[in-house]
Amino acid sequence: MAHILLRHRDIPDIHKLEVYKKNGGFAAFQNAVTRMKPNEVTEVVKNSGLRGRGGAGFPTGMKWSFIDNKNWPHYVVANADESEPGTFKDREIMESNPFQFLEGVAIASYAVGANAAYVYLRGEFWQIAAFLDEKIAEMEAAGYLGKNLFGTDYSLKIYTHLGAGAYICGEETAMLESIEGKRGQPRVRPPFPPSYGLYGKPTIVNNVETLTNVPLILANGAEWYKSMGTADSAGVKIFSLSGRVRKPGNYELPFGTTFRELIYTYGGGVQDSRKVKAIMPAGASSSLILVDDEKVLDTPMDYASVRTLGADLGSASVIVIDDTVSMDWLINKTVHFFRHESCGKCTPCREGTYWMSHLTERIHEGRATRADVDLLLNVAKQMQGKCLCALGEFSTMAVVTGIERFRQDFDKVVKA
Amino acid sequence: MSLAEKYPKEVKQILAKYPPEHKRSAVMPLLYLAQREEGYITKAAMQDIARMLDISETDVASIVGFYTLYHDKKEGKYRMQVCTDLPCALRGADEFLDNLCANLGIKVGETTPDGVITLEAVMCLAACDKAPVFQTQGPDGIKYHENMTVDKTMELIEALRKSSA
Amino acid sequence: MAKQVTLTIDGKQVTVPEGTLVADAAKMAGIDIPVFCHHPKLEPVGMCRMCLVEIGRPVRDRATGQFVMENGAPKIQFMPKLETACTNKVEEGMVVLTRSQKAVEGQKGTIEFLLTSHPLDCPICDKGGECPLQNLTVAYGPGKSRFLYDEKMHLDKQVPLGELIWLDRERCIQCARCIRFQNEIAGDPVIGFDERGRATQIVSFSDPGFDSVFSGNTTDICPVGALTTSDFRFGARPWELQAHASICTQCPVGCNTTLNTRREAKSGGRIVVKRVMPRQNEDVNEIWICDKGRFAYHYTEGKQRLTRPMIRKDGKLTRASWDAATKLAAENFQKAKKNFVILASGRLSNEDLFNLKSLAEHADGKAYIYSHMGGGELTSLVGVGEGTNFGSMGAGTTIVVVASDLYEEAPVWYLRIKQAAARGANLIVMNARETKLDRYASFTVRYAYGDEVKAVSDLAKKGKIGDTFLKSENAVILYGSDGLGVSGSAALASACAKLLHDNGFTGRPNNGLIGVWGRANDQGAWEMGFEVEEDLAKAFKGKTVYIAGADPVADDPKLAKALEGAEFVAVQDVMTTATTEIADVVLPAQAFTEREGTLTSGERRVQRFYPAVPVTGEAKADFAITSQIARHMGIVLEGTSVSAVFDILAASVKSFEGLTYARLAEVRPQWPIVGRSDLYYGGTTYENTQGMGAQLSAAAGRGEKVSIPKVEKEALVRPKEKELLAVPVTKLYDRGTTILPSELLHERIGEAKVILHPETAKSLGVEEDQKVSVSFNGVNGEAAVKLTDTISVGVALIPRSMGLAIREPVAVKVK
Repeated sequence: MAHILLRHRDIPDIHKLEVYKKNGGFAAFQNAVTRMKPNEVTEVVKNSGLRGRGGAGFPTGMKWSFIDNKNWPHYVVANADESEPGTFKDREIMESNPFQFLEGVAIASYAVGANAAYVYLRGEFWQIAAFLDEKIAEMEAAGYLGKNLFGTDYSLKIYTHLGAGAYICGEETAMLESIEGKRGQPRVRPPFPPSYGLYGKPTIVNNVETLTNVPLILANGAEWYKSMGTADSAGVKIFSLSGRVRKPGNYELPFGTTFRELIYTYGGGVQDSRKVKAIMPAGASSSLILVDDEKVLDTPMDYASVRTLGADLGSASVIVIDDTVSMDWLINKTVHFFRHESCGKCTPCREGTYWMSHLTERIHEGRATRADVDLLLNVAKQMQGKCLCALGEFSTMAVVTGIERFRQDFDKVVKA
Repeated sequence: MSLAEKYPKEVKQILAKYPPEHKRSAVMPLLYLAQREEGYITKAAMQDIARMLDISETDVASIVGFYTLYHDKKEGKYRMQVCTDLPCALRGADEFLDNLCANLGIKVGETTPDGVITLEAVMCLAACDKAPVFQTQGPDGIKYHENMTVDKTMELIEALRKSSA
Repeated sequence: MAKQVTLTIDGKQVTVPEGTLVADAAKMAGIDIPVFCHHPKLEPVGMCRMCLVEIGRPVRDRATGQFVMENGAPKIQFMPKLETACTNKVEEGMVVLTRSQKAVEGQKGTIEFLLTSHPLDCPICDKGGECPLQNLTVAYGPGKSRFLYDEKMHLDKQVPLGELIWLDRERCIQCARCIRFQNEIAGDPVIGFDERGRATQIVSFSDPGFDSVFSGNTTDICPVGALTTSDFRFGARPWELQAHASICTQCPVGCNTTLNTRREAKSGGRIVVKRVMPRQNEDVNEIWICDKGRFAYHYTEGKQRLTRPMIRKDGKLTRASWDAATKLAAENFQKAKKNFVILASGRLSNEDLFNLKSLAEHADGKAYIYSHMGGGELTSLVGVGEGTNFGSMGAGTTIVVVASDLYEEAPVWYLRIKQAAARGANLIVMNARETKLDRYASFTVRYAYGDEVKAVSDLAKKGKIGDTFLKSENAVILYGSDGLGVSGSAALASACAKLLHDNGFTGRPNNGLIGVWGRANDQGAWEMGFEVEEDLAKAFKGKTVYIAGADPVADDPKLAKALEGAEFVAVQDVMTTATTEIADVVLPAQAFTEREGTLTSGERRVQRFYPAVPVTGEAKADFAITSQIARHMGIVLEGTSVSAVFDILAASVKSFEGLTYARLAEVRPQWPIVGRSDLYYGGTTYENTQGMGAQLSAAAGRGEKVSIPKVEKEALVRPKEKELLAVPVTKLYDRGTTILPSELLHERIGEAKVILHPETAKSLGVEEDQKVSVSFNGVNGEAAVKLTDTISVGVALIPRSMGLAIREPVAVKVK
């Protein structure tokens, strides 16, 4: 099947404006601006069943429809902060199929009445930001961005904004704070960005992959998009496959593809032909799926089915863990990540990740007792449901499911 | 010399990105600019940026302190930042870093005696399928180096040393 | 009035205004929800997660919008997660459970998390005994921690954020109350967080460190012992302290304070003031005070205090009895007849001033107020009166600030006017130079020094500014003496009064004229009928002079010379000054900390202060000294009871009519609720239990016919070639007698300065920090050059009371 998002894999040089244009590029945007009302655009996206690809899976069209039309100006922010361990899909899109993404930004901006959009890239994407700046300049030169587009009174500018090394800025309100020139710390929600966003103005924040879907949805219609994937998870998804597989990488597949297909058909199977012990379907924030039964691998990857395994599909950053890995080592890794990335704003996350890291270290280094493992589980649960944003909650996922589903790994390393 | 005097074009471009009443937004790009030459941000540069954006010096310093890609101390000319997060670690990043340390004769966080390389372990770089991976942060910005081996890395370091000499 | 919302908290029905936060609604209903980051004066942030509660909301039918009923009551749906009471606003029919098992566990968990990083140093912590963390740990904590003590993070415990405020990094719980106070309320974002996660720490990068005149307030609202003042740290335990209501005597705002005292060995067994704390008065200072008010009280306890009366004998001051000293003064005063001159300052209380004025009247003498500002008689006519409160000003009110740098002259007015502007008040700032308040102004008017009167007279005609001013429901004007002397400010006052009077902005609450005086009770002196004399030197020459609470000899060499030529000089003061040194008789007065009395603030609010420490030596209250002198002159003035003097005063001074001493001690409920046993809520600010004072009426408010006398403007000073126009300005921390004894403030006071525009400096060939000689009107002095581009070229700003005796605009030579 031809790619929808990773179209560069089928069409060489699609990062060149002429090539992109020749393959139908910008027609959807032009059509929207010249022939459709903003709310009609939103309606198409709503009908397509497109859900946010950043992790939360919130229906995109519905989010757009929440924009507060009593308060102006509006902004669109593209979340290109891609910092979840195990996620590397947005990067490939921006590096290789930039115009489709930028056209998505443009269409979203038109749909919500924004005349300025910011692409927030993590600081490490320095080169990609420079590349996008070039592409934006090319679009401006070709009349796809700027004033009075296509002879209408609609104007749009897109700007890149580089982060500087903070996972938390992937959280939408922290990202807005960061663009405002502040420390990237999450705001209390509600109010949500569609009513109170960038500079306090109504703002739509969408993930890169989400926005990259939009031009083709508009070009081919909602029904076309819905015909792919499953009932609750329409369309295609880029699965970032990493960990102990032979061929890690991005795979664009319809929702509902099984773990087995991803790992074995596309990923070439497990390194050294070991057994899959666990899967983290949503990066380091993920719950650990226990693969104690081969049948687990036949679970279709869509939002609803993955939930039956006690996990969330999230950003579909599938980390494969084989039977050489002990979970005490694994959660020590993830907890240290979250401790490092905790912004420090709320107590449970700031103190909880610090405390958990002491416990996971002690356990991993064999200095702990069974009671310490119980304590770790208890501390993680004490954090759950109390944090200001999702980061703190996410830090507990692997810990809780690791201990609850792989307790034997911990019992092996603790002192009697 | 102030940033605006040194990089008039860049400063103008940066300020043009944001609504004039929200020029504080320019603090992050301006900090990158201030860091360009020396690899770290001086107190004078923070004062300069604070004045330019009409915010307090403490506000600027507090941004520098929050984000890990800003530095307020001089280290090696290039910061070699190796990802050791879970997905990379599952693909041998820890061993890679250990070997690199042994080859360079320094520990993580230290700088080579010639001042060219500071070796650091960092969090996920969004290149999990191309581990071992690191980025170099230096005068020419941030660059990715993917699917690395220790040998390839040592070659790169030699090249960086030569160009720095 | 805002719409009312009814909800249920822990089974109790509570009705509060729409928009109230759940945490505040509970507090109003007497239900405590523990908080750390929440402060009712600050924007909610929901950071500390201490106020976790269960919140249920009535289910509404989607079609009709009506409540879905269940068993005769609205069906309540609880959220699966606990929510923060400090970020959720009340809703009709909401049900809040603050003590359910789930909520209790959430609160316990937060305390446990906070304590994992908190040191166990309560026994040596300044906050111990009034510490929200300590109190809430006892009330809501888990009792013991499961965190290994060895794994605690150890951090620096003595970090100076500046020379006034210290940080203990270990104790900080990152609630950001201090940072938010500085950002939102003070408008000085000079402290902030550095780093992130558990490494988050408070830093200040300003120069000087923590460069804000409001810094001390952060120590009050800090819910732990992380922030302490240099003045109080390691000074005493809170439970040893007695609390005494007082009024700050440093500026005309009249902040309500509490003096904390204790008897201590290191002070020779005396009872001493250990710290000055704000006392809540939402009409005056809310729960804040400035650093000058907090730290400058040390003059009351200095070595230079006068302890006994003295008489000059054979050219030397020698100890005398009260009787002998007052008799000597009385004889000379009587002898002087019309040549008797009283000079008193606004450092004295209403009662002191009243007795002095009465004495002058009976003895046929003159009573002058020692002030660099004129126009006070107009504030009695068209000043603000009853019901005026910056806290109630917002949209519809215009506030004009002219010729005053409020941040330096009356910091808490600055703070409250800034807040009024944020609520929508139309703020017009008029000055010859940029001041900090400009940032919050709707309009700024820049004029040249000397054009103040014209600028004010033209205001109403000035296009958009004039329109908004004229269309306002209410208008107040605060006028000051930035760049002005006595006659200049008097002319300005007249122009302001006329503008207000002509446009109907008088005689109603939140309307009228306010003088930004140099001293706390200047307004009181004006109410008593004191006058200002521009040429005091002339007024002293050959006269018999009775000086109370003023030090003209130190302030101005010309006055020193004039007093040398005086017939007789009696000086009454709290401490030894250059003026007491030349006196024929010296009368030791009690400090405000040692006695009671009343002061009239610039907003014309009369407020009581109370004795806090025992009297020093043989000192007496000023009103009593005056009474004793009067008695020797055959004049009867009340001299035993302050309240009796006040009653007489109220019966004789029209604007005080109807006031009683007792009424000034009345309090009413205030929001937010502060103090009490649950200090966590508003910080360690004291609750007001001893009086919120009462505002005077103005003639315009009493319906009297008011006519504004026109004051002729003086001819502008014209500097010659090689001269500059020097103008006086006021600095918060100067070398005044009531500030200088507080050594803590010396770094902020600095040295004598002359402030120039860089271009002026260039043309003079001088540089920043260079020492230059300054000469004008016979004054020759040295000062350091300070440069700023916020002033005009050709102008030299000379701060008052910094060693160069400038009283009005003059031509100056700077070399």
